[in-house]
Amino acid sequence: MATDAAGLGRGRAAAFVAPALLLIAAFLVFPALWTVYLGATDYQLTGLAAADPQVTGLDNVERALDEEEFTHSLGLTLQFVIGSAVLGQAVLGFAIAWLLRERGGALRRLVEGLVLLAWILPSSVVAFLWIALLDRDDGTLNSLLGTPGTAWLVEHPMASIIVFNIWRGTAFSMMLYAAALGTVSPTQLETARLAGASGWQQLRDVVFPAIRGHILTNLLLISLWTFNDFTPFLLTNGGPGDETEMIPVFIYKTAIFDGELGYGAALSVLMLLINLVIALVYVRLLRRRDRAPKRTAEVVKSP
Amino acid sequence: MSPRRFLAVIGRYTLICLLLAFFSLPLLWLAFAPFDRAPGVAASLPSFTLDNFRELLDNENALRSLRNSLVLAAGTGAIVVTLAALAAYALSRVRLPGRDALLYALLLLSSIVTGTAAMVPLFNLAYELDLIDSQLGVILVLSGGLLPSAVFILKDFTDATPRSYEESARVFGASPLQIVRHIVVPLIRPGLATIAVWSVAQVWGNFLIPFLLLRSPEKSPAAVVMYTFYTEGGQPDLALISTFSLLYSLPVVAMFLFVSSRYGFRFHGGIKH
Repeated sequence: MATDAAGLGRGRAAAFVAPALLLIAAFLVFPALWTVYLGATDYQLTGLAAADPQVTGLDNVERALDEEEFTHSLGLTLQFVIGSAVLGQAVLGFAIAWLLRERGGALRRLVEGLVLLAWILPSSVVAFLWIALLDRDDGTLNSLLGTPGTAWLVEHPMASIIVFNIWRGTAFSMMLYAAALGTVSPTQLETARLAGASGWQQLRDVVFPAIRGHILTNLLLISLWTFNDFTPFLLTNGGPGDETEMIPVFIYKTAIFDGELGYGAALSVLMLLINLVIALVYVRLLRRRDRAPKRTAEVVKSP
Repeated sequence: MSPRRFLAVIGRYTLICLLLAFFSLPLLWLAFAPFDRAPGVAASLPSFTLDNFRELLDNENALRSLRNSLVLAAGTGAIVVTLAALAAYALSRVRLPGRDALLYALLLLSSIVTGTAAMVPLFNLAYELDLIDSQLGVILVLSGGLLPSAVFILKDFTDATPRSYEESARVFGASPLQIVRHIVVPLIRPGLATIAVWSVAQVWGNFLIPFLLLRSPEKSPAAVVMYTFYTEGGQPDLALISTFSLLYSLPVVAMFLFVSSRYGFRFHGGIKH
C-alpha cells in the first residue's frame, strides 16, 4: 500500500517523477514514434530528399519485401537467434546448471566464474579475443585443431559468430536455470529415481514441467537480446560480402552508412514490431507471475 | 560403484572439462599477452615483462579514451541514479493515478526500443538537437534508455523499506525533502549502489551509441577507440591491444565482484544486458 509517510503530497511527487519521465519521453518514446513517421518517408541524409522529404506511405515496406538483401538479412538473423540463443545458450546454460546442481566448492565456482567472465567483459574486448582465437595464421584454435591456414571468420562466418555468441551469452541462462532448479522439489526427484526413472526421464517428467515458466522467460529474453545484438559487427563488419549482415548491421549500413534514413527507419519499425511481440508475451507472463509468489528476473537491457 | 555409475561419473567430468576448455580458451590470450615481450595472436606462456604497460601509460590516445569512458559512465550513472531514485521514491510512497500501468509501460518500452532498433531516430534526434559529436548527447541517450529499468528496480527496493522512520521524522518536524535526504537515501543505499554499478557497467561496455553519435576520436570512449586499433588495417599493435583490453576490462570485473560480494548477486536479469 502506498502511504505518503514523508508527507510529499501529489504536487511534489509529480515533480519528483517528472525529470525521469521527461528524459524517457525525449530519448525513448519520441524516437520510437519518430521511426514510424520516418519509415513512411523517402528521407535521405544528403541530397534533394534531405531538404524536403516526401511521405511515401508503405513504399519502403514494399521495397524491403521485394529486395533480396532484406530477406537474406532476415534469414541470417533467424539463424543467429535460433542457433546461438534458443538452441545454444539455453541448452548449454541448462546443461551447466544441471551438471553443477548438487556440487559446491571450487570446481563449481571456477566454471561459473569463467562463464560469467565471458558475459561481463566489454564487447570490444571479447570481439578481439575471438578475432585472435580464430586468426588464420597464428590463431590458437588452428594450432589446437591442427588446421593451419583456416580463416574461420571468412570460411565459416555464420558458424563462427553463432559459437561466439553462445560463449558470450550462456551465463544468463546458466544462472536463471540454476535458480530454477533450486525450486524443483527434491522429494519428487527422489521418488522418480526410486521408481527407476533414467536421467532423461527425470528431466522430462519432473524437472521440465516444474520450471516451464523459467524456460519461457529465458527463451523470450535471450531471443530479444540476441536479435538486438550489435556485437557480431565488431567481429565481421557484416562480411565477408554480406554473409553475416544481420538486421542490425543491415540497418546501420543502409541508414547511417548509405544515408537512406527513410528506408532504414522502415526496417527499424519492423524490428520494433518484432521486439514488441516478444516483450508483450513476456510482460503478460510477469504479470501472471506477480499474483503468484514474487519472481526476480526482470527486463534489464542494454540501450 | 557399478560400472554404469562409474561411466556416468567419467562422462560428467569429461563434460565439465570440455566446458572449462571452451570458456577459458578465448580468455587465455587476455591473461598472457599483456605480459609478453613480443605478443602474437596465439595464446602462449609469456616471457614476462611489464614494458607493455609502461608503453600504454605513455600512449596519450589510449589514456584519453579511457578518460572519455569514465566521463560518459560517470555522467550517465549520476543522472540515472538521481532521477531514478526521485521517481522511484515518489511512485512508491504516493498513489499517483495510473502508476502501475505507467511502470509496466516503461518496462515494456525499455525492452522494445533498443539502441539497435532506434539507431535511425536517435541519430536524427542528435542531429536536430546539435548533439552529434557531443558527449552530452551520448549521456542523455544512454540515460533515457537505462532509466525505465532503474526506476523499476529501485521502486522494488523502496517498497521493501519500512515507513516508520519517515513517519517519526515527520512527527519531529522534518520537512519532506529533509526526510528524503537524511532517511530515505541511507535506507535504500544498497539499491542505489546496485543501480550505479549497473549503469556504469552498461555505459562502460557500450559500443553502438558512441560509435553512432561521436565523430572525433578525441571524444570517443575506449569501446570505440579500441575497435579502431584492430580495424585500421596493416599490422595491429598486439602489445597495445592486449594491455589496453586488460586495463579496460578490469573496472567491470572489479565492480561485478564488489556488487556480488557486498550485496549478494540479486538476480535482476544480471548486472549486464
